[in-house]
Amino acid sequence: MAKLKVEDLKRIKESMKGTVNLRQGDYRVKITVHMGTCGIAAGARTLMSALLEKLEKSGATDIILTSSGCAGLCNHEPMITVEVKEAAPVKYVKLDPDKVDRIFDEHVIGGHPVAEYALSVGSETTY
Amino acid sequence: MQDLSLHILDIAENATRAGATLIEIDISEDIGKDLLKIRIQDNGRGMDPETLKGATDPFVTTRTTRRVGMGLPLLKQAARETGGDLLLTSESGKGTRVLATFQKSHIDRRPLGDMGATLITLIMGNPDLDFVYRSNLREQEVEVDTRSIRKALNSTVRITDPAVIRLIRDLFSKRVD
Repeated sequence: MAKLKVEDLKRIKESMKGTVNLRQGDYRVKITVHMGTCGIAAGARTLMSALLEKLEKSGATDIILTSSGCAGLCNHEPMITVEVKEAAPVKYVKLDPDKVDRIFDEHVIGGHPVAEYALSVGSETTY
Repeated sequence: MQDLSLHILDIAENATRAGATLIEIDISEDIGKDLLKIRIQDNGRGMDPETLKGATDPFVTTRTTRRVGMGLPLLKQAARETGGDLLLTSESGKGTRVLATFQKSHIDRRPLGDMGATLITLIMGNPDLDFVYRSNLREQEVEVDTRSIRKALNSTVRITDPAVIRLIRDLFSKRVD
């Protein structure tokens, strides 16, 4: 039976000593993966795995990765929403792990939304 | 859904939205009877008999009752395709139990899939809820209880910390023969 060892958890605890732990709810960027039945069937879990890997590699402590339910746009799944503090949230649609990779680098880390994967940018123009 | 771990993720996500604080997932087999059993139990708000009756019907309108949708009908179909079935028990205020049985060797029985990814997705999305996962199969024997992880971490490290998530992930890559 594979089980977590208390010693391993203690080791993590020790290694965290001296580092500043962010308070729960204190973050710069929040990434939400939409995890309704529609999202899951379309591949939302692979996005979560890809994002976890990027998050681990980046070593960032000010990014929250979470999930939510169906956003009501089932035909656009899988989707994520990226919220950078003090900026408008961006919904990205019809994603795959490669697109998510780029969104993480350019938007989450770089601060520049990837317009071509976004649901929409601004609203209609008259010209 | 490509595999059973995606169905399990979907049903457990329902449980998180039913106000559960503890969600237990058990996967076991009965080799003599050639059965694979998946049990997902939560301590959420449960369903009244009326809601329970419609829960596995995909054509019941569900927009106002958040507890039901396509998830249960899809799992029921996956179970029935193998000659198995889905048993749903629930009581208002006490929680819900989903028991899906499959004929394990049936050609249409979908593979278990990546339960590690399912469990981690659940924990990342619901860091304040507790999950207990137990699998007792020839191909996988794993036990994870977020309550004891939390106790060991003693609130100095978050359960969603990449180092903790990595440890949980690694449990599923160990082959137990």
